[in-house]
Amino acid sequence: MNPQKELLRDLKRAERRRRLMALALVAPLFLFLMVSFVLPIGDMLRRSLVDTELSEVWPRTSALTKVWVWDRISEPTLEMYRALAEDIRESAEKRTIAVAARRLNYALDNGRSLVMNTGRELRRQAANTEDWRARLVEIDPAWGDRKTWLAIAQAAGPFTDFYLLTAVDMERNEKDLIVRRPPERSLYLQVLGRTLLISATVTLLALVLGFPVAYLVANAPKRVAGLLMILVLLPFWTSLLVRSAAWIVLLQDRGLVNDMLQAVGVTSEPVRLIFNRTGVIVAMTHVLLPFMILPMMATMKAIPPTYMRAALSLGAHPAIAFVRVYLPQTLPGVGAGVLLVFIMALGYYVTPALVGGADDQMLAHFIAFYTTSSANWGLAAALGVLLLTATAILYLVYARLVGIGQVKLG
Amino acid sequence: MKTKGKLIVAAAAAVSAGLVAFGAMANRPLTVVSWGGAYQDAQKKVFFEPFKATGVQMIDESWDGGVGVLRSKVQGGTDSGWDVVQVESEELEIGCDEGMFVTIDWDRVGGKDSYIPQAHHECGVGNILYNFILAYDKDKLKTAPSGWVDFFDTTKFPGKRGLRQGPKTNLEIALIADGVPPADVYKVLATDEGVDRAFKKLDTIKKDLIWWKSGAQPPQLLASGEVVLTSAYNGRIDAANRNDKRNFGIQWNGSLFTLDSWVILKTSPNIDVGYKFIEFAGRAEHQAKLPDHIAYGVTNVKANEKIDPKRLADLPTHPDNLKNAVQISDRFWIENIDRLTERFNTWAAQN
Repeated sequence: MNPQKELLRDLKRAERRRRLMALALVAPLFLFLMVSFVLPIGDMLRRSLVDTELSEVWPRTSALTKVWVWDRISEPTLEMYRALAEDIRESAEKRTIAVAARRLNYALDNGRSLVMNTGRELRRQAANTEDWRARLVEIDPAWGDRKTWLAIAQAAGPFTDFYLLTAVDMERNEKDLIVRRPPERSLYLQVLGRTLLISATVTLLALVLGFPVAYLVANAPKRVAGLLMILVLLPFWTSLLVRSAAWIVLLQDRGLVNDMLQAVGVTSEPVRLIFNRTGVIVAMTHVLLPFMILPMMATMKAIPPTYMRAALSLGAHPAIAFVRVYLPQTLPGVGAGVLLVFIMALGYYVTPALVGGADDQMLAHFIAFYTTSSANWGLAAALGVLLLTATAILYLVYARLVGIGQVKLG
Repeated sequence: MKTKGKLIVAAAAAVSAGLVAFGAMANRPLTVVSWGGAYQDAQKKVFFEPFKATGVQMIDESWDGGVGVLRSKVQGGTDSGWDVVQVESEELEIGCDEGMFVTIDWDRVGGKDSYIPQAHHECGVGNILYNFILAYDKDKLKTAPSGWVDFFDTTKFPGKRGLRQGPKTNLEIALIADGVPPADVYKVLATDEGVDRAFKKLDTIKKDLIWWKSGAQPPQLLASGEVVLTSAYNGRIDAANRNDKRNFGIQWNGSLFTLDSWVILKTSPNIDVGYKFIEFAGRAEHQAKLPDHIAYGVTNVKANEKIDPKRLADLPTHPDNLKNAVQISDRFWIENIDRLTERFNTWAAQN
């Protein structure tokens, strides 16, 4: 055999082995990320769009309404009423009717009792009839409503825009056109705005408070710096719940802060500091401050002091030297800190729940509510998509503005 | 969140598969599931131990509620290791609709007449009763509030008020304060005008409200003086008085009550023993001992006669306390919780 070819083959084999080795080393992390991150997010996206609950328990009605979808102007046919009656009766016997009732209740006022009562009624009186329309409307006039049928058609699957529309305060009207929801039920865009506003405020505060601290730690002598680091990291070692509870004790009407303010004579009455926006911002800033300080500090440590000295010796005013020479060099750390804190703040849930009022709850609160309390997983997923999209857009804008190559996380 | 749910379901399925194998091997003892903590400790003394003493094999486990858990237990239709479960009223309602529970044969649990009517349900036997009451600190208020009307009277009782975050219980309270007779609350609330009326009433004290989230908070808020009046669970207030030597008062007028009930899972292989247990736990002489440990009302009509009258005055089932109370309607809330939560949060965000 050609010795050159043999050499080439050996080389290739060695190369392959090395590559496999490298792959095997990252495989656990890759698997972990797949299971804990990519799959859940994919599943969330799927859940916000896929809607098969109704078609599983009411197959006939779902199939017929899907055909009806093409011209939603005409009245539902008698055939559709017959299919509906059969589906309701069968699902009531199989005890799967509660699933259909729950799904329709999302879209219809009193949808649950409409379905459950009709099921009970049809089981009680099994009498066969030719005119199922008359029979169903007799049980509940809502079955003659176009709105009811559009809700069924929209839930007939396999895909729906119902949840995503709800997440941006929209719905489909009787003519199947997309319109805004009535103001008393338009909530989520406002909550998204609130989430962004709180996160931005917290980020700004953390930046203003954190910058001098980072500077101090970065430029202090080694032993002092170590001590300061411990103080910065201390909040990390305490549970989030304990920290939030501590803020309640400090900030309540008869708390330490209010007592002091009154003793000094700043106010004569207690100031409302907790269970409102102020409390949320104070507590969140406290929790997130280390995430701002650490990347800034790392960047500042790497800045050689010679540049500043050079600027000063060339006659720059200290303030100007700071702004034009030092500050630009800290930008990668500042950029990283801002990004970290802002994105972490977007998903906050426990702190606003503990120290906020009813109008300080952020999107995560509603996602949790629909996941655990009301089990409306479609809407929970759609709200997750809303938050994810908003975050992604902001990230892209930010990356454009700051230049993401500039950002350094340590 | 979602995967976590799935994992739990998967874990539950794995565990139940194991238990099925176990169940097939031997007749497993009756498994009764309740809420854990101090409450289950009390149940152990009052119900479980005496029941075991009659020669029946039983074990008890605890859970944290959730229809999803029950769903995973009965999925597949094979024994999952649980027989009798104590459920909250919403779980009772949903689970019954979904066919998770055995339909109760009332003759086998002592007859419908031996229980107060609120304890009757197609799929469950009510066992305890507890209330959302109006609580206040007797040390701080000279005059006691007479009901929810006073809760909304900020001139007579100046200061902050606590309510549970969310629409549930608060819309009822607002309507009662607005003059709706407690018995008609859900009739009014079923209309759009009724909901508007409730929110309009809440508007009048909106800036004085503090929203609590967990049952442990109201006694703390009262103790620190953060609020002068608050809605609260009667058991928490009673515990604060008994254990922390507080002097809190309870106004029962217009309070809202709910029940926890025993159900038998339809997959249980121990239905007969399950019935025996529920019957045992429904007897007056056993139920009467529960309030010594925890301030819940009990459901046997004859139990109250056997309870120390002094203790009975603290309980939701004392005739005076029950007189003007409303049962929280689970049908209403299961149907409307999403919609009214949206409405509540839009309302909260308006200034």
